[in-house]
Amino acid sequence: MSLGRNLLSAADLSREDALGILDTAQQMHSIQTREVKKLPPLRGRTVVNLFFEDSTRTRSSFEIAGKWLSADVINVSAKGSSVSKGESLRDTALTVAAMGVDAMVVRHPASGAVQRIAGWVDCHLVNAGDGTHEHPTQALLDAYALRARIGDLTDRHVAIVGDIAHSRVARSNVLLLQTLGARVTLVAPPTLMPAGVGSWPAATSWDLDSVLSGKAHGDVHAVMMLRVQRERMAGGYFPTEREYATSYGLSPARLDLLAEDVPVLHPGPMNRGLEISSLAADSARSVVLDQVQAGVAVRMAVLYRLLAGADLPVLDGANA
Amino acid sequence: MSLLIRGAAPLGGAPVDVLLDGGVIAAVGRNVDGADADVIDAAGLILLPGFVDLHTHLREPGREDAETVRTGSAAAALGGFTAVHAMANTTPVADTAEIVEQVAQLGERAGLVDVRPVGAVSRGLAGEQLAEIAGMARSAAAVRVFSDDGHCVHDARLMRRALEYVKPFDAVVAQHAQDPRLADEHACAHEGEVSGRLGLSGWPGVAESSIVARDVMLAAHTGSRLHVCHVSTAETVDILRWAKQRGIDVTAEVTPHHLLLTCDLLSGYDPVYKVNPPLRPGADVEALRAALADGTIDAVATDHAPHAPHDKDHAFGEAAFGMIGLETALGVVARTMVETGLLDWAGVADRMSVRPALIGRLPAHGRAIEAGEPANLTLVDPAGRHVVVPDSFASRSRNTPFAGLELPARVVSTFRRGKPSVLDGALVTAVPA
Repeated sequence: MSLGRNLLSAADLSREDALGILDTAQQMHSIQTREVKKLPPLRGRTVVNLFFEDSTRTRSSFEIAGKWLSADVINVSAKGSSVSKGESLRDTALTVAAMGVDAMVVRHPASGAVQRIAGWVDCHLVNAGDGTHEHPTQALLDAYALRARIGDLTDRHVAIVGDIAHSRVARSNVLLLQTLGARVTLVAPPTLMPAGVGSWPAATSWDLDSVLSGKAHGDVHAVMMLRVQRERMAGGYFPTEREYATSYGLSPARLDLLAEDVPVLHPGPMNRGLEISSLAADSARSVVLDQVQAGVAVRMAVLYRLLAGADLPVLDGANA
Repeated sequence: MSLLIRGAAPLGGAPVDVLLDGGVIAAVGRNVDGADADVIDAAGLILLPGFVDLHTHLREPGREDAETVRTGSAAAALGGFTAVHAMANTTPVADTAEIVEQVAQLGERAGLVDVRPVGAVSRGLAGEQLAEIAGMARSAAAVRVFSDDGHCVHDARLMRRALEYVKPFDAVVAQHAQDPRLADEHACAHEGEVSGRLGLSGWPGVAESSIVARDVMLAAHTGSRLHVCHVSTAETVDILRWAKQRGIDVTAEVTPHHLLLTCDLLSGYDPVYKVNPPLRPGADVEALRAALADGTIDAVATDHAPHAPHDKDHAFGEAAFGMIGLETALGVVARTMVETGLLDWAGVADRMSVRPALIGRLPAHGRAIEAGEPANLTLVDPAGRHVVVPDSFASRSRNTPFAGLELPARVVSTFRRGKPSVLDGALVTAVPA
């Protein structure tokens, strides 16, 4: 089994690919608890984090992942659209590629930007979030954190709640969870459901209570709350924070609708009091920090599998 | 110098000889005597009135790196056009007599097609204040089509005033129907299953049809002429059909690309498919073909929109809108309308020449092929199957979605004012790039 040259979409991953990455991530995870965290496999390789959009957590996560694999990691911030700078995306991508990099990790505010770059450069590419399209490593780390908490995801039911229309996290999760055999229900007000969601491999609902209680689509085994941007109010997607929180926020009362072992996920950064209450965010169900920790391990696994290519590495020491 | 076109089939009918002399058709018939004339053997070819494009972006003044009046005219002639309407969204905007006269003069100087400038409806295309419409109409360029194309005249009051104001000039307001309030500023695709999956911000079809519904009512109220640019949805077709039945003076155009391509092509995020209005689902394409066939849509117009490569080498959402179409229009119409049996060649002549000439008020174009008529003509090879090779284009730009596509018919020769601009698929006079 080998991953392709790039990771652009969660749809690129077969079940075997995804499970392979998650298994490798588990090995990587074990070194996070060591005193000396560095492994040698990407020594002499160069990874560029090319970020056209601000991101602290994703960029740091990829940076640490690369460094712990001994790659040389360089962060390039290209914030502001390439159009406004007068340079085409193609020129920016070719310029960075010409420096002899082995992999580019790209975050861009426009959907499909990383796929465009893939048509121009020869190095490996990882999509670190493109517009409102996809964020495949987020879906992988979510799956990792979920498996750690509830085991095999086959036939498990995951509710994803919030601004589905504008969420790259939701799109990647729907695709990956389907690949891993889980069932997904998307919950949002009609204004924040994507066009054509009826053709997605997921159920949909406008009523969070009926989903969490299991009345709508059966018992829920995990809940993923999405960040809601306050700008959406100006776009007329919902009237007030209070009304959104009342209808779609994970309040203490809604937490009580869930079985005790149901984990709560959030990709961060959280809007406490809007989509998630502090009680939910800080409860024992919350796996938010597990997700962050899993992020480094999963990104190590992705970089390793793309760049080193081999199935299972010389990671014997990692299992210690 | 006179010219004898021997054995061509006017509108696909019985072959005849056609003698061109002094800029007009001097004779039509069997065995026309053309003793001193240069003879063009047109056996097997179809003779049509020269095509008239209601919707062309020539980019001059302002973006001569993408197209000039001269290179765009060459592309038009090669595509069988004898007249084009040059849209107003240049830099500076064509919103005064000076600019439209400059564009008309550049067209005369290029000498390949009649270049008819379109004037802006609003100053600077800003949608706030009327442009100097009377000045443009009375200028040497004698503008008869006004459009803010690229922008919708979305303010109802301004649209009403524009429709009223053009009446003394027998002019038409050509609307880019798209309510900007029904999409966000990043909209770049048809809102539907594909845009939802790809995470692209969409325009719903209703952003077009709701403006057309409003505008046909305004046209009825004002008794003015309304033209709807690049119709792209089945719902718009329904409204047009209803309005025409009521006798409202509305006409409409469809682009070749909306007759052939669907939004499924966006899956690879290639901005060559990024166009405004966006490519729609297959059901809309079918409705547009049917509407062009039954005359609900009057005309084919290219919306030829040249762009330099660096304006397309971006992420989909950040790339420029538009595709070129002058040199592929006939082939695409043949593929979508003639091969499918929806139009015969007389129908093609009607939709690509006769009706657009009427809408643009061009008395020398779209005429019958009869003695005494102006000699603006196009020879088409109905069996001229060919593959689209962008590098062969005369246009300065290459942003065609049809590269590598096989098209069933081709333009062989074009005659403007009795003289060939194109012979055997090549320009008669070399046009400096």
